[in-house]
Amino acid sequence: MIAELGLAALWLAAALAGLQTIAGFLSVRAGTTTELGGLIRPAAVVQGVFAGLSFCALLYVFAITDLSVKLVASHSHALKPMVFKLSGAWGNHEGSMLLWVTVMALAGALIAVVERRLPDRTMQAVLAAQGFVALGFYAFLLLSSNPFERLPIPAAEGMGLNPLLQDIGLAFHPPTLYFGYVGLSIAFSFAVGALITREVTPAFARAMRPWVLGAWVFLTVGITAGSYWAYYELGWGGWWFWDPVENASLMPWLAATALLHSVSVLAARDALRVWTIMLGVVAFSMSMLGTFLVRSGILTSVHSFAVDPERGTFILLLLALYIGGALLLFALRASTISEGKRFAIASREGALVVNNVMLSAILAIVLLGTLYPLLTEAFDIRVSVGPPYFNPVGAIFVIPMLLVMAVGPLLRWREDRFARISREMIVLGAILVVALVLIAVLGDVALLPLLGLAVAAMLTVASFLPLRGRKLTRVPIATWGMVVAHFGIAVALFGMASESAFTKERLAALAPGDTTQVGQWAVTLDAIVPVAGPNWTAIEGQLSARIGDGEPISMRPQSRTFWAPPQVTAESVLATRWNGQLYAVMGESAGDGRWQVRLWWKPFVTLIWYGGLLVALGGVLAIIGRVRDDLKNRSVLRRAAERREDMRPEDMRPEDMGSEDMAYEDMRSEDMRPEESAL
Amino acid sequence: MSALKPKHQRLVLVVVALIALVAAGLLAAYALRSQASYFYLPEQMRDDPPAIGQAVRLGGMVEEGSLATDADGFTLRFMVAGNDGARVPVQFAGIAPDLFVEGSGVVAEGRLAPGGIFIADNLLAKHDENYVPRELEGMTGLEAAEFAKDTTVGLE
Repeated sequence: MIAELGLAALWLAAALAGLQTIAGFLSVRAGTTTELGGLIRPAAVVQGVFAGLSFCALLYVFAITDLSVKLVASHSHALKPMVFKLSGAWGNHEGSMLLWVTVMALAGALIAVVERRLPDRTMQAVLAAQGFVALGFYAFLLLSSNPFERLPIPAAEGMGLNPLLQDIGLAFHPPTLYFGYVGLSIAFSFAVGALITREVTPAFARAMRPWVLGAWVFLTVGITAGSYWAYYELGWGGWWFWDPVENASLMPWLAATALLHSVSVLAARDALRVWTIMLGVVAFSMSMLGTFLVRSGILTSVHSFAVDPERGTFILLLLALYIGGALLLFALRASTISEGKRFAIASREGALVVNNVMLSAILAIVLLGTLYPLLTEAFDIRVSVGPPYFNPVGAIFVIPMLLVMAVGPLLRWREDRFARISREMIVLGAILVVALVLIAVLGDVALLPLLGLAVAAMLTVASFLPLRGRKLTRVPIATWGMVVAHFGIAVALFGMASESAFTKERLAALAPGDTTQVGQWAVTLDAIVPVAGPNWTAIEGQLSARIGDGEPISMRPQSRTFWAPPQVTAESVLATRWNGQLYAVMGESAGDGRWQVRLWWKPFVTLIWYGGLLVALGGVLAIIGRVRDDLKNRSVLRRAAERREDMRPEDMRPEDMGSEDMAYEDMRSEDMRPEESAL
Repeated sequence: MSALKPKHQRLVLVVVALIALVAAGLLAAYALRSQASYFYLPEQMRDDPPAIGQAVRLGGMVEEGSLATDADGFTLRFMVAGNDGARVPVQFAGIAPDLFVEGSGVVAEGRLAPGGIFIADNLLAKHDENYVPRELEGMTGLEAAEFAKDTTVGLE
């Protein structure tokens, strides 16, 4: 019964998406306020409600393990812990697509409710585009991947969930990424809406920015969490494998990073109009391409759920329809969007253009590397592309980008001279050179990690330079966001370079009582014991690790055998210290009473993920700052309107808002006054 | 630059972006040709071996009775067999994947060493019972190897 209700809710949501699309396009075409226009916002809201209900129904059938539902029978098991029953709802193809459209519908409902800044017509076009995109995914779900399909005869027992996926990380990793992917659909709808109505203005950019930032924060958290999940769950000691599925999440992130910087330029300075629209289209295209790569089964990977050509074709068609349609619209309309404001090369805009171009180049490199195996397969040549390609080729663009990132925030908007910031540049250059020389002399480090360590040291200082000489309590929250995010990049880069340069590895076969050395750690195998869990049994190695005569720490890696479905996995164990992690994996019996043990000492590896979280925190601060400024502006404007006074722009904002938006207002009058937040 | 009209500035930006993207594309194409790791079957490796030290992948069936562990307890040696009696000796130091057994398909990532031994850095076996396509079930080792060469998990 609940399953049928869920399906009905899904059909209703799809119908409402259709209504939203048609009403939207009709009233945009009519160009005046029509009765249909009034339907659009409510349709978006109710669509969100129904999609949400449908997803709740799916959660419910998984929670009670309703084995007459095919999806539950093939992906769940009555004996699973509750949290994995629930996460099993989206740990499969159909459920994850339902999650996708649910998030999309809820996001659409949210903009319908809160977004009041844009002209009505633009808003109608935006919601129509959102409905149109959602419609395709509803069709995909209902026609080829119905999550509520019943079995003719209920199964006696479920088939269980892949043990690799029975992890708390899984409960949050895909939903987080989906929030990011789908958040970019809003940026896409905004871009399409703006193209249709030709309203590419700073006000439009300010309306779009929180959504881009929000999606970007979720993507950042999702990628960070996914990397950590792969690191400890797969037991291979690596934290990034350039797996196609990882690339599928990285590509939208790169596009979203470029987009959030260019949308800031548009909001602050009314420049980069067409470019911002283009990135809005590209970012969501990358999300869909990622979904296509993962869901079509074209690429076999630990993340791919099913190989089903019909579904692959369906997603490919959706992809062609939306990306092709958006690009066509772009081609037709881009030339009619007038140019934005000019700026000099040596300016904040100039630096952000470099950032955008470099990010796009990196995106192109990752995209080509990911698709190359598919291309060669057409000629029956099988290749795989891994770190030997991605690392050096990516670095050619990443390192210049990071160097520009160090000085860009110090430049003023519109026009500046490098001579003005020569002191800062000399200091940063000196740090870079000294770090390079010191590390090269002291340690035997490969080129890329060496560059990474030196650039990280320089960036750490550079990220805080925009705060120099300012009263910290008066710095706008959004500026703090930038500082924290850039610092996070430095921290993550340091972790990556350190892991790559200084990791120590030891592979050994140990009998109980034997000791082996990895880095500074002496690790002893005390005993091998069998243990049992709720749905697995395991061989557990009891290790104790110590440095010199220090206090030993206990580590218990396991080799687990699951019985539903039957599978063996290695449960790695991590011992975290302030300066790194000791990583232990149990192997098999060597046959003569000894057991294989693999150990790594990874100095400062945790900084990779702390850095990622700092980047996300920076994004959160930026959202808070922007939304708060916006609310303030709006309440000031409202009061101003109430008083019906002619207010000068200076009076409309509190003094402490020296943010980019305000700089735009300052610059409108061609006034060359240096912008406050640029030092 | 500040003397430029907005239209010209836009043109300059477009040109700069295009140059960067084309450069990235060319660089990628060049690097892909030299850095992509090609897949070899044992008979291909016998007839037309890759350069010594070049990163490639070798896929085939782990020959029955060929698997041996060195005295150190973790270095595995085994033969990967192909269709027509071609066999390549493989050496791998590490923890083998859970489903790595004699008679099953395997993809070894690594490089050919002087002397014709393939030094594997990583072994990829069918890593999962449930999420692998049904076609693979009931397959012989060779068919499984055919399938397994599509596997891209665990590239290190």
